[in-house]
This record gives sequence, C-alpha cells and structure tokens, in this order.
Amino acid sequence: MIKIVFFAALREQLGCSELSLDPTNILTINQLKQALIEHQPQWQTFIENNALLSAINHDMVDGEHLIKSGDEIAFFPPVTGG
Amino acid sequence: MKNEVSIQQADFSLADEVALLERDNEIDGAVVTFIGRVRNKNEGLTVTALTLEHYPGMTEKLLEKIITTAKERWNIGRVKVIHRIGRLEIGEQIVFVGITSQHRQDAFAANEFIMDYLKVKAPFWKKELTENGEKWLAAKSSDSKKAEQWS
Repeated sequence: MIKIVFFAALREQLGCSELSLDPTNILTINQLKQALIEHQPQWQTFIENNALLSAINHDMVDGEHLIKSGDEIAFFPPVTGG
Repeated sequence: MKNEVSIQQADFSLADEVALLERDNEIDGAVVTFIGRVRNKNEGLTVTALTLEHYPGMTEKLLEKIITTAKERWNIGRVKVIHRIGRLEIGEQIVFVGITSQHRQDAFAANEFIMDYLKVKAPFWKKELTENGEKWLAAKSSDSKKAEQWS
C-alpha cells in the first residue's frame, strides 16, 4: 500500500487529508494522479492543477518519479510560509 | 548541532533565544536575528488573523537541509530557526531565525539566505482571515526571484 496526503487549499478542495491505495499498475506520480481522478472524478480540476507540487517520503519529486510500495506521497500547493 | 529547528504553536522569546545563542559562546562576536510577524494588511485587505499549516516531518527535514547549506556557504556558529503553526493574531510572531558568527557579514548573509529559502522551500501554508473571509495565500514570484539570487 501507499499513503497519500494532501495539504492546505488542496486538502480543502478535495475534502480529504489522506488516503491509502494499492499501488498495483501505478508506476509514477503522474500515473498516481490519473488513478486518483479515476477514483474521484470530481477531483480532476484540482489534481490537474499545474502548480501542484509533489513529494515522496518528504523529498520533492517531479511527475516522472517512480513510486514503490510503502511510500508516503504528498500533494500540495506552492508554499507560503515565513 | 541538535535542536536547531523548532516547529511549534507556542510563542517564543527573543531574549531567551539570544541567550541560548550566546551562552558559553566566546568565539562569536556577531548575533543576527530576524523575526517575522503577522501584518494587519495584505494585498490591500485588512487581515484579522492567520492560520498556518505545515507538513510535519518534511518541514523539519527541509529546514535542516537549508541550515546545512548555509553552514557550508558561510562561516557561521550557532543557528536557530523557529516557525509557529496554528492560528496567529495581528502582531504575533510567526518566525525566528537567529545566527551567530565571528564577524557580522556571515551571520547577516546566512540569516537572509535561510529566510529566503524557507519562504520558497519549506512546506508551510498561510490562510488569511480577512474582511472578505478566509483565503489561502498564493505564492509570490518576487519570493522565488529573491531566493534565486543566491544560486
């Protein structure tokens, strides 16, 4: 299984802070996004937002990055701390 | 060095933090501190409060990485970064960066570097409570440009 977490505006848009998925047939971040849209079609606009950032196990990654079982994947908007 | 990063709801005291940076530290002649606070106006709207959210675990890792980079780049001694989370009212302290160095130039530069990178790299998000309701802040390109100047 993989754990997926969402933060800030994205978390509110999806109405979801985390979920778990069986990563069978999911190889990359981009494929995971497609799987999430199939899982919840109403998430499409928010998941396909180009500004969205992604991290695996607390490291920033791009859409082609490979996912493996046990990973924690995060999606979030550009950061605004400080 | 341990305890260089603290993500906390509680307020912090400038005097206490400076005392920790200075305690038993006879080699550093410079202490540079920065405090970021909640402003009452942003983008023309009156702000009444902020709520800060972060990604626990990743935030600490990112900040530690930024501190490591600063130590490689400048000759600095002690470092402390505090960032508050949760609801903060106008005038409350949000962030603290404190650095010591033998001479002032290194601490000044490293402090600005850490703040600039924190703003564009560390996974914090601000939601403003304004006269028009709640609003997640959008990232500013001026912040990205500022951080790029260090590369």
